[in-house]
Amino acid sequence: MLKISNVSKTFNIGTINEKKALRNISLHLEPEDFVTIIGGNGAGKSTMLNMIAGVYPIDSGVINLDGVNISRLPEYARAKYLGRVFQDPMRGTAADMEIQENLALALRRGQSRGLRWGISAEEKEQYKKLLTRLDLGLENRLSSKVGLLSGGQRQALTLLMATLKKPKLLLLDEHTAALDPKTAKKVLDLTEEIITENHLTALMVTHNMKDAIRLGNRLIMMNDGEIIYDVRGEEKSRLEVSDLLEKFEQASGGEFANDRMLLS
Amino acid sequence: MNIGGILLALQGAASQGILWGVLVLGVYITYKILDIADLTVDGSFALGGCVCATLVVTHGMNPVLALVIATLAGMIAGAVTGLLHTAFDIPAILAGILTQIALWSINLRIMGKSNIPLLKTETIFSGFVEATGLKSSQASGLIGLIIAVVIIIALYWFFGTEIGSALRATGNNEDMIRALGVNTKMTKMIALMLSNGLVGLSGGLVCQSQKYADIGMGTGAIVIGLAAIVIGDVLMGRFRSFGSRLASAIVGSVVYFLIRAVVLQLGMDANDMKLLSAIIVALALCIPVSLNKYRAKRAYSEGGEKNA
Repeated sequence: MLKISNVSKTFNIGTINEKKALRNISLHLEPEDFVTIIGGNGAGKSTMLNMIAGVYPIDSGVINLDGVNISRLPEYARAKYLGRVFQDPMRGTAADMEIQENLALALRRGQSRGLRWGISAEEKEQYKKLLTRLDLGLENRLSSKVGLLSGGQRQALTLLMATLKKPKLLLLDEHTAALDPKTAKKVLDLTEEIITENHLTALMVTHNMKDAIRLGNRLIMMNDGEIIYDVRGEEKSRLEVSDLLEKFEQASGGEFANDRMLLS
Repeated sequence: MNIGGILLALQGAASQGILWGVLVLGVYITYKILDIADLTVDGSFALGGCVCATLVVTHGMNPVLALVIATLAGMIAGAVTGLLHTAFDIPAILAGILTQIALWSINLRIMGKSNIPLLKTETIFSGFVEATGLKSSQASGLIGLIIAVVIIIALYWFFGTEIGSALRATGNNEDMIRALGVNTKMTKMIALMLSNGLVGLSGGLVCQSQKYADIGMGTGAIVIGLAAIVIGDVLMGRFRSFGSRLASAIVGSVVYFLIRAVVLQLGMDANDMKLLSAIIVALALCIPVSLNKYRAKRAYSEGGEKNA
């Protein structure tokens, strides 16, 4: 499905702020893999997702998605294959536009947009059904502006938008980190439900080690721009938080866990 | 001062406001929808006027066709700003200033001198005056109104389409709409071309209505456009639908020119009008910010909730 081969990225080359964000990363995902990604701050987790999405160009290597080499496609062209949810709930939706307008924009991801009307009557019915399932009381507020919603509601809506047109790969970049624990759990449950139901392939960055162990069929740990641990299936489901901490110290020989990770 | 004179002045001002309203619709697209201040406007308004005057007077072109070409010229000016901004990452304001300054020289080249009178040539208004027997200010008001309504309907339709929605989303949340597969460089180009096309058309209309084009006719046009948007917001802000917000641009423009006519009648120097426009826009931008700060200060109490 996704095949990342020898991808490297260095920011601010030749300056005092030079930072090797990704060092020769290779990663191979099977269809329907749901991979959680953990690692300390600056480990390269978000950078890896941004490289796949095409936010910045990579320095070297190849990113291949379902047989298509997307390494050098611009961000908007890769969007055809990707569903994305960001950490900041404000980033995934257009605040001054209606809920149904946001959904209609998402439904047309990757399609050429022409002079047809931006939203159809059948669509509205479909959106109503989908929103009813979210159970956030949004189904009767189709024409409300998204800016009136709470962070959790916006993030749930973004998730729905990212998967409205089935993506080949779903990229979740700490999408529950900005939410309160209760809302975060709700959005996370919804995430799992949508991924399982639609048989999606997904990459999810998280700071929460328990979530990383509980969710998905595979876990990778990153440190200093490298993948230092990759575990799947049975072995993954038997993991404990303490195993992850130990694993990290073995692999890197350094301090891994910051307060945020230990507390969560 | 006689009442008849004032009424006549107000009628003229209203017509002028409608024709300038086409420019305000253009500014609305960039300032309100795309969320950038596009300073190309001063140049592209004069460009529309200069192109129109030159074609009608020097080349004897049909005045309607001249308006079409003035519109296209405005679109090209918008495309230049768009290219500087999207392909070369120049900040939108600076890109607009560069195009605006360049257009000053280009406009002089087009006209070959600093102004062209349209005294004896036919305009889209002159034929109408002959046919109906209306006064020329009434004729330009009426024709302007028809054009404005057609443009509002067209814009309402366009911003409801898939491309139009993508364009609104570009102004609202660029990251999001790019992640949904829209080339935001393209949507910005379209918006800037559409906007400056309308501005060019407005320049052509004003030129035909006032019967001259002048190299300085666009100076301060952006501030007039912003002032009209601000006035329209104040008067019609409670109507939330997109159509009425477009209409508020025209209403704002008419009210702006009515205010202008009144203060001129009251004896204000015409040269002070730009100062007044700048003050209106500055106040409109300052008041909400100051009000919020004031409310935040008032809301503070040392004793916590129970003392509030």
